[in-house]
Amino acid sequence: MTPTDPAGIRFTHIEKRYGGLFALRRVSLEIAAGECVALAGRNGSGKTTLLRIAAQLVRPSSGDVRFTRANGQSIDGARPRTGYVAHATMVYDDLTAEENLVLFARLQGSAAPAALAERLLSEVGLRERRASLVRTFSRGMRQRVAIARALLQQPQILLLDEPGTGLDAEGLLWLAGTLRELRDAGCTVLMSLHGESEISALATRGVRLDAGSLVADTRDGAELHAIFALAGA
Amino acid sequence: MGLGLLSNTLVLLGKELRTELRSRELLTTTVIFILLVMVLFSFTFDPSSSEARRFGAGLLWLAFLFAASLMLQPCFLREQTNDTLSALRLAVSDPFAILLAKLAANTLFLLATELLMLPVFAVLYNVPVFPVFGQLLLVFFLGSLGVSVAGTALSAISAQARMRELLLPLLLLPLLTPVLVASTQVTAGLLDVQPFVQWKGVGFLAVFDLVFLTALWLFGEYLLEE
Repeated sequence: MTPTDPAGIRFTHIEKRYGGLFALRRVSLEIAAGECVALAGRNGSGKTTLLRIAAQLVRPSSGDVRFTRANGQSIDGARPRTGYVAHATMVYDDLTAEENLVLFARLQGSAAPAALAERLLSEVGLRERRASLVRTFSRGMRQRVAIARALLQQPQILLLDEPGTGLDAEGLLWLAGTLRELRDAGCTVLMSLHGESEISALATRGVRLDAGSLVADTRDGAELHAIFALAGA
Repeated sequence: MGLGLLSNTLVLLGKELRTELRSRELLTTTVIFILLVMVLFSFTFDPSSSEARRFGAGLLWLAFLFAASLMLQPCFLREQTNDTLSALRLAVSDPFAILLAKLAANTLFLLATELLMLPVFAVLYNVPVFPVFGQLLLVFFLGSLGVSVAGTALSAISAQARMRELLLPLLLLPLLTPVLVASTQVTAGLLDVQPFVQWKGVGFLAVFDLVFLTALWLFGEYLLEE
């Protein structure tokens, strides 16, 4: 799971408007390569929009997003390998778990898509159900497939939108362990979370959004607790 | 065309075919729709063979066009169910591959439906089609490609809009009027007692397809954005 070349993200004066509604207001944030940042904030505070802008799925109304190298220099050209886990599972209900992973592995140019899919399904605990259609899965099982899909191309940047959704206690522990491995290997993680959990404990930095504005940004342990306590309230 | 684009398109086309063959949702809907139109028209007007030769081409293409609008509607809506379109956009190197695979799948499905319905038309309306099967296949292909290329683009646009179910046919049908007219004229020539090919119509269909395909290639990326 080692990303060969860590990458960071630099948001500069990002604004996103939907009609007259501001989803983000001049958000500037520099996430260094290898950082593990937790985004906190109430519903509608702009966490998902910021993640989708980072994934280049949404174009900001104004401002600039750049990917950076470990030395802070901007990366020009190709986007770094990015894994994204969203609210929706982003997998096909009418395909099996294995078919889903093989499909996305092939699209990403994997040399051995079937072997990669099998390994990841084993890691997420779905090896026995690999030939079952995703539509027959519980929410937690679908979330495991979604996480496996995000990990397919050994991401340099991992964007997670409430990744614990639907996972049971065992699943949360597995996810926390996997994220710890990725973080320690130099993968940059930006994740939105509600409240404190095994996953929030991995964050080395906390950022709080409120009504689209960045209102807190800390690496201090006690302040991190306060940010998650507020978000979970 | 880059190798990455070609390979991604083929992988996505395989996915489209697999999911459709598994659910048979689109093919069943369109086949039943065209069958109903042809049977109802046959019983209502009871046309003679010479009348069928005159009106058959128009009937066929109207049925194909309405069936296509039914088929194109879920094309991108399916991708919204679990936000799989975002997953595809993140995975492919060129977003045009997503549109190209949808276009190829829509053309194949439409063409398969048309070929399935052609013998039914021949029997119900007593019009021999097999002597001109090769030429009909060419017109069906060019016409279906025209319908699909414009329809795929509009399906991508309308999937993100409000009143999406209403929007697609409202945009699609006027845009496809030239394809409908040209396809009907060429098909009518082929169904004539002394069949002939209207090469002018065939040329028009080929140019229409080429122009819309180029537009799809140039602006496709923007169609897929949120």
